[in-house]
Amino acid sequence: MALMDLANPTRFLALSGRVLPWLAGLALATLAFGFFLAFRAPADYQQGETVRIMYIHVPFAWLAMFGYSMIALSALGILVWRHPLADVAHKAMAPIGAVFAFLCLVTGSLWGRPMWGTYWVWDARLTSMLVLLLLYLGLLALRSAIEDPNQAGRAAAVLSLVGFVNVPIVKFSVDWWNTLHQPASVFRMDGPTIHSSLLWPLLVCAIGFTLLMLALHMAAMRTEIFRRRLRVLEARAAAEAAYA
Amino acid sequence: MFGEHGFFILACYGVSALVLGALALWIVLDGRAVRRRLDELEARGVRRRSASRENG
Repeated sequence: MALMDLANPTRFLALSGRVLPWLAGLALATLAFGFFLAFRAPADYQQGETVRIMYIHVPFAWLAMFGYSMIALSALGILVWRHPLADVAHKAMAPIGAVFAFLCLVTGSLWGRPMWGTYWVWDARLTSMLVLLLLYLGLLALRSAIEDPNQAGRAAAVLSLVGFVNVPIVKFSVDWWNTLHQPASVFRMDGPTIHSSLLWPLLVCAIGFTLLMLALHMAAMRTEIFRRRLRVLEARAAAEAAYA
Repeated sequence: MFGEHGFFILACYGVSALVLGALALWIVLDGRAVRRRLDELEARGVRRRSASRENG
């Protein structure tokens, strides 16, 4: 059986119905363990206790970019294969990704105040992350502005592919421009520069938040499939009422 | 508890818990509302053409 055959809405509902409770439980357990490690980890020699913000801020930033990458992949599925599940995945991820991008900006701002002396600067990293949030909000607005769901899906797919250019800009902004934001300290060609006593709690928290995002996405996809079925049934009920 | 910057640390965790909790709640409640309306229509005998095939 081809992968495309497996990815049909009915099979997805059956599979996700079994997987979702376990995925949500695993996400919460991993996050609980991650926070346990995070609050037992030593304070940073420069930043002191505020380094504990890193354990949520950094996963939010990674996942805001991951969510948009998933959206761009789904956009290819919409435009190239016109796959209905790709459109469902695309639509379901937008509000979730927007929340992660928003939380990245809020926690970063609250971390910046004690460390930099300001909540906000228009440097390349902060600005490109704000652009990412605006792209997410743009996708939500575009879908709600176009009445025909198929047309809305295609328009949102085009916008998300154009907007994907911003993802590498977010990632490499700290290398390409002189920014107040620190350079990458985990995903580097020469390996992480962060001490293992801080790195491991960060990675566990990142895995926990990733599982949480996937669980939320799966739940939102299930609702979107049911919503499309509801739309079909409502149209049929209206047609039957008109003939009666 | 977290030194002089405790407010910023607690605010980060508090806002994150609140916003993520609200997102999860919205997804769950939205899903329930859609399923309830779907069940109501199916109870009235309105079904998709493929429903009988899927149910075997």
